[in-house]
Amino acid sequence: MNWSVLTLVGADQKGIVAAVTKMLFEANCQLAEASMMRLGGNFAIMLRVAHDAATNLQSVLQPVVDKMSLHMHLDDDVSTSSHHIEPDVHITVYGADRTGIVAQVTSLLADAGLNIVDLETAVGGSAEQPIYIMSIEGNAQQGIEALHEAIKNLADDIEISLTEIDTLRG
Amino acid sequence: MSVLDILAYPDEQLKQLSVTVDQIDKDIQRFLRDLEETRLAGPGAVGIAAPQVGVLQRVAIVDVSNMKKPCDNHGHMIMINPEITQWDGMVMGREGCLSVPDFTGNVIRAESIVLNYMDELGEKHEITSTGFEARAIQHELDHLDGLLFLDRLVSRRTDLFRRKIYK
Repeated sequence: MNWSVLTLVGADQKGIVAAVTKMLFEANCQLAEASMMRLGGNFAIMLRVAHDAATNLQSVLQPVVDKMSLHMHLDDDVSTSSHHIEPDVHITVYGADRTGIVAQVTSLLADAGLNIVDLETAVGGSAEQPIYIMSIEGNAQQGIEALHEAIKNLADDIEISLTEIDTLRG
Repeated sequence: MSVLDILAYPDEQLKQLSVTVDQIDKDIQRFLRDLEETRLAGPGAVGIAAPQVGVLQRVAIVDVSNMKKPCDNHGHMIMINPEITQWDGMVMGREGCLSVPDFTGNVIRAESIVLNYMDELGEKHEITSTGFEARAIQHELDHLDGLLFLDRLVSRRTDLFRRKIYK
C-alpha cells in the first residue's frame, strides 16, 4: 500500500464528504486520520489515504472534483508510522480581532519549545467588534514552565491561558 | 506472580457486564497480585480492571500516588465489588486506556465521588475521592459495566479544560 495526503477545498455544499469517501471506498482505498471542516463558506478536507500503488487517486476523484467544483491537491505521505503524538498542553487565546495574533502567539510559543499538534481558530463577535479565538494543543518540548515564561511577553490585548494535559491511563 | 495478557478493543469481553465477587479466597487474592503486576507492566497505568485481562468479575485496582504531579489520593486501592453512591460536579479530562492503544480522548467525569468497596481481606471501606483519583476510579468501574472511555468521548475540539476562578 502507498500512503498519500489528500487535500480538497470547495464551496460548502451538502454531500461532499459522502461523495469523496464513496469514490475512495469503491477504489479500495483505506482512510486514516482526517480533518474536515467548514472554513468560512468553504469546505476543506485533509485526509490520509492508503491505496494500491497502481491506483491513481487523481483519476479516481476527478469525477467528483468536477461535479462539485472542488480543488484537489495530492502529496506523498511522509509519515513513517501512524503513531500519535500525545499533546501535553492546551492553550486558549482570545482577543479583539486584529492582524498578527496568530503570528505573535505562535512565534513566542515556538521559541519556547512548543510543537503544535492541533490548532483551530474562529472569528466570533459582531461584524463591528469581531473577536479572535484560538485553541492550540501541543507538546511542550522544553517543559510547560518555559511556555508560561514566554507568554508573559505577550501583548496586553490578548488573553491567553495554558493548561497542562494530564492524560489518565487505565 | 505473572503478567497477564491485556485485551484490546474490539475484544468483545471488554463490552460485557462483570459479576459480583461473592467470596474472597486464595484464588482471587492470587489473581489480584497478577492483576497488579499487569498494571505495573503497562506503560504508566494508574488503574486496571479485571475485564481488561478477560476476567469478568467486579474487581479493579487504582493507584495515583506516584503521579509526576501529586494529587489527592488514597494510596494503592484494591477494590472488590466497588460501587459509587454519590457523584458531584463535572470536569473534563484526557483519558487513554491499556485496552485502547494509541488513542486518547476527552471524557467528562464527576469531580467528586463517594465510593464503597471491599479490599482484598474483605474489609469494607467508604471513601470520598476527588479529582484525578476520582477520574481513575470512574474509568476503571466503567470496565466492570462493559464501558470504555470511547463510550463517553466528547469532542477534542471542545475546550472545557479551563476552570477559571472568577473573583
